[in-house]
Amino acid sequence: MAHPEPAAALRGAVFADRRQTWPGALGRAGVTLLVLAALWGLWEAYRWVGVRTQLTWPFPVDDVTMPHIHTILQALFEPSRVNGPLLISVLLDSAWFTAKEALLGFALGATFGFALGILLAHSRLLQRGFLPYIVASQTVPILAIAPMVVVWLKSGWLSVAVIAAYLTFFPVTINTLRGLLSADPRALELMRSYAASPWAVLWKLRVPAALPYIFSALRVSATASVVGAIIGELPSSIQDGLGGAILNFAQYYSIQPANLWATNLVAAALGIVFFLAVVLAEKLVVRRAPENVA
Amino acid sequence: MSEQAAAVSLAGVSKTFAKGQVRALEDIDLGIRPGEFVSLIGPSGCGKSTLLRVIGDLVGASGGQVTVNGKSAARARADHDYGIVFQDAVLYDWRTVAKNVALPLELAGWSRRRRGERVREMLELVELSGFGDHHPWQLSGGMQQRVAIARALAFSPALLLMDEPFGALDEMTRERLNIELLRIWEASESTVVFVTHSIAEAVFLSTRVVVMSPRPGRIAAVVEVDLPQPRTNETREEPRFFELVTEVRERLRATEPAAGLLA
Repeated sequence: MAHPEPAAALRGAVFADRRQTWPGALGRAGVTLLVLAALWGLWEAYRWVGVRTQLTWPFPVDDVTMPHIHTILQALFEPSRVNGPLLISVLLDSAWFTAKEALLGFALGATFGFALGILLAHSRLLQRGFLPYIVASQTVPILAIAPMVVVWLKSGWLSVAVIAAYLTFFPVTINTLRGLLSADPRALELMRSYAASPWAVLWKLRVPAALPYIFSALRVSATASVVGAIIGELPSSIQDGLGGAILNFAQYYSIQPANLWATNLVAAALGIVFFLAVVLAEKLVVRRAPENVA
Repeated sequence: MSEQAAAVSLAGVSKTFAKGQVRALEDIDLGIRPGEFVSLIGPSGCGKSTLLRVIGDLVGASGGQVTVNGKSAARARADHDYGIVFQDAVLYDWRTVAKNVALPLELAGWSRRRRGERVREMLELVELSGFGDHHPWQLSGGMQQRVAIARALAFSPALLLMDEPFGALDEMTRERLNIELLRIWEASESTVVFVTHSIAEAVFLSTRVVVMSPRPGRIAAVVEVDLPQPRTNETREEPRFFELVTEVRERLRATEPAAGLLA
């Protein structure tokens, strides 16, 4: 069969696609900014109407309940206390501290979740035995677990990471299990025809087939690990992280409401950074047909 | 034909599913000589795919003897004595074309250099040189199927098992790949067992066509195809080709239950 230069033609098509993604990326960024502007507008509009009409339901609108967005952003660049450093530098320090805890928790949780998923994928019996308890573990509020972890591991870094891991592992386990079981039956037959070992089937077929599932779990887990770390700081009475900052600024909310809002913004930003890091890793690791990329 | 020389030898082979409730194959006797191209044809449910899987030891036979290259089917599978191609190419999306072809060699522990050489030869054989770095989803269905054939031939197995490999392709591509497959068959000097539901395809490709009847799957007839080799597009227009197609069609019709039973 003759193929007149199909390789070249195909390569051209691939590059053409890639060229088209640039304006696409700009467009997506534009939409994101537009939505941000719209949210900002809604907040200020609601505030404006609420103040004008002296709204009392569901809450009275004033500078304490709903500070201006620009006041919140301004607060970031003012000293957090008299002669102290700027709020933003305090919050960035806290965020860095929390990020380290969350990252360790994420790594622990993801590893444990992945290993548990592999274990369960190998036995229907184990699935039946363990899954109810794994699900049950997630219905126990993290606030009830956290103090016990602190008692067991002493307050500090490690206990916070373990609490973050507790929130992280569940989606990874469930999706690893689903992903490992998603391998094409004919691909499994093919492996059987090669007399491949179970180990080879796991690493050459099941795990690569599961990667898209695992990554969609990691995206959820990445943000959950940040939440877990923040919550974990509370019973550990750790002051250096975002959890400590939230507790602290919540006490002074009636005087300086913008500080708590600013802290929330930074916490949200940290969650987004974690999320984007996973998305980036997925782009680098997972090679799939364009229509199969979630 | 001596037992020793047979590429595939089936004696009294049966296969039941669902604890004996479903009899997929019954009393199958068939010997396939090295270098033969044998098609299994029959209505759906006649167990032709199951028979192919029994030969490949992908499912075990419930009774009878299966011998491949003079060994048990399990031994032959462990020794990489056959390559298999399915209806879908079943390529791994996350691997390039070259790495897909290299997969069986990788599993068998071949060195990177030996793998690279063999993959280059195989891609040349299926005329896909230059596509090694592409991903499967960048290829057409016909090209993907050729990659699957290259992968099946990676070990230069004596036996090639094919389960409706061109069933999902359009007529034009299918006819082109038929010619292509015969060229590869000649070049690799292998034995082919080919499952299809296309009468014309079976006659065009094979040296023998095995007609199977359903429920339970049995061999209803074996038609010797005495068309001259090598076969070309002109073969499809010869009177003898039509005679053989007609013969296989009549054999197939004879396997159907009487019309009154269907109503």
